[in-house]
Amino acid sequence: MLDTTSTLKRTPFYARHLALGAKMVPFAGFEMPIQYEGIVAEHRAVRGGVGVFDVSHMGEIRLRGPGAKAYANRLVTNEVATVPEGKAVYTPMCLESGGIVDDLLVYASGRDRLLVVNAANFEKDLAWIRAHAPSDVTVQDENEDTAQLAVQGPGAEAVLARLYGDRVKSLEFYTFFEEGSGRDWRLVSRTGYTGEDGFEVYVRPSRALETWDRIFEAGAPALIRPIGLGARDTLRLEMGYCLYGNDIDETTNPLEAGLAWTVRFDKEDFIGKQPLVAAQRDGVGRKLVGLVLDGERIPRHGFEVSAQGRAVGTVTSGSMGISIGKPVAMAYTDKDHTRRGLKLEVRTRGQETPATVTGRPMYTMGSVRAPKPRRAE
Amino acid sequence: MKVPKDLRYTKEHEWVRASGQEAEVGITDFAQGELGDVVFVELPQVGARVTQMKSFGTIDAVKTVSDLFAPVSGEVVAVNTELKENPALINQSPYEKGWMIRIRVANPAEIESLLSADAYEKALGAHA
Repeated sequence: MLDTTSTLKRTPFYARHLALGAKMVPFAGFEMPIQYEGIVAEHRAVRGGVGVFDVSHMGEIRLRGPGAKAYANRLVTNEVATVPEGKAVYTPMCLESGGIVDDLLVYASGRDRLLVVNAANFEKDLAWIRAHAPSDVTVQDENEDTAQLAVQGPGAEAVLARLYGDRVKSLEFYTFFEEGSGRDWRLVSRTGYTGEDGFEVYVRPSRALETWDRIFEAGAPALIRPIGLGARDTLRLEMGYCLYGNDIDETTNPLEAGLAWTVRFDKEDFIGKQPLVAAQRDGVGRKLVGLVLDGERIPRHGFEVSAQGRAVGTVTSGSMGISIGKPVAMAYTDKDHTRRGLKLEVRTRGQETPATVTGRPMYTMGSVRAPKPRRAE
Repeated sequence: MKVPKDLRYTKEHEWVRASGQEAEVGITDFAQGELGDVVFVELPQVGARVTQMKSFGTIDAVKTVSDLFAPVSGEVVAVNTELKENPALINQSPYEKGWMIRIRVANPAEIESLLSADAYEKALGAHA
C-alpha cells in the first residue's frame, strides 16, 4: 500500500485515537479516526447516549476589523451582520455564479466573525476570503491555533454542564459562549451535525488533551464514547445534512440543495445574489431530495435514480440508515420528481431498488432542539 | 488478527475450508476489519455455478461495497441463510458463523493453488 501517512497532518488528539484502538484513515489531508469499535455501535451510542468526535480538522478563519461584519455578510448568503453576539449561523458561501464555495458556521464573536469551514476546502476558502477582503478587514488564519471536539447525543448537556456549569444548559440551539483568553480561551456552542442535541467545543491546542480527558471523565457515568468519522457520516446523512464534495459543490446552488432557508434575498448584496435571485424567480431544474429504499443493497454516490425506468437523477450520498433500518440516500432529481411520497427506483449494481422520496431529515426522532427550518418550496 | 492454520486463502481475502469434495468459503478476519460493519451480503442460490476468481456475490459494509471472489470453481451446495438476518456475523465470527457458501469442488487441483496460512500472512505483511 502506498505510504501517504508521512505527509498527513495530525490533530492534537492523535495519541488518544491510537490508544483507543481507532482505525485511522487519510481525510482531507489529516490522519483521522474513521471508527473505534464500529460504525453501527458508534452511531447508536450518539442517538441514545453521548459521544465525542475529534473535528479538529475543520478550519477556523477569523475576520477582524471595523468592516468584519459587513464583509462576512457579503461573503455568505445568510444574515451574519445584524445577528446578536453569541449567535452561530449555518450558511453557504457562494461564487458569483451562485455555486457553493463551501458551507460553514459563522460565529458572531463580539465585533469579529469566526468562520468554521470544511477541512478539504480550507486553503481554497482562505484564498477566496483574502482575495475579496476590503482594506478594513483582517483575515486571520486560526486553523493551527484551534482544536475542536463535538460532544453529541441526548446525554451531552449533562456532561458539559458538569464541566462548564449551568451556562451550558441555558444555551439555545445555535448559540454559544466564549470564556477565558490566550491559551485558556474556550468557545462552547450548541451546534452539531448529528441530529441529536449536542455541542461543539473549541480550545487552543495546548489545552486540547486536558479538554479531551476532562470530557471523558465527566462523561464516564453516561458511558461516553469516542466516535469516528464513519458514524459522523451516517448520522448526518439520516438528517439530510449536506456534505460538501458529495451533495453540494461549486456546480450546485443553495436552492437546488434545499438550502433556500439559508439565503437572505432581502440582504443588500452578497456574492452570488443575482443568479440566486433569478433561480428563485424562475425555479430550479433539480432538487436534492431524501430517499428511503425498500431493499437491502446500499445506494452509493453516483448511482442512477429513475422513474419507471427513465433516468431522473443521481445519488449524491448513500448508506445504511442505521436508526431508520433501511438504506437511505440523498439525490438530485429533476424538478418533476421531488414530491414527497413519490415512488422512484435506484439502480444498485444493475438492479432497480424501489425508493420513496422523503423530506429531509429522513430521521425525525432526534433530540436536536432545532427549530424547523423555513420551507421555501 | 486471526489467520487459522487449517484454512487456505486467496489474495482477495477469502478463506476456504476444504473437506472431501466440498469447500466452505468466507472472508478473512483482515477483510472484515477493513470493510467495517457489514450490513448486507448478496450470495448465489444453491445450485448456482461459480468460477474460480470470478465474482460470486457482493458485500455491503456501511462505508463501502466489495465483490466476493470464488476461490474455486464448482456448484453451490449450501448458503449461509443466517447472514440475511444477521450480516454482522461476518464481523463477529468471520471463520465460523460468518461462512458464506459451500461449493462442490469441480477441480481439486484448484484448492492446491490457493495460499497456505503462512503465505497469506506474508501477503498481509506486505499490506502493513
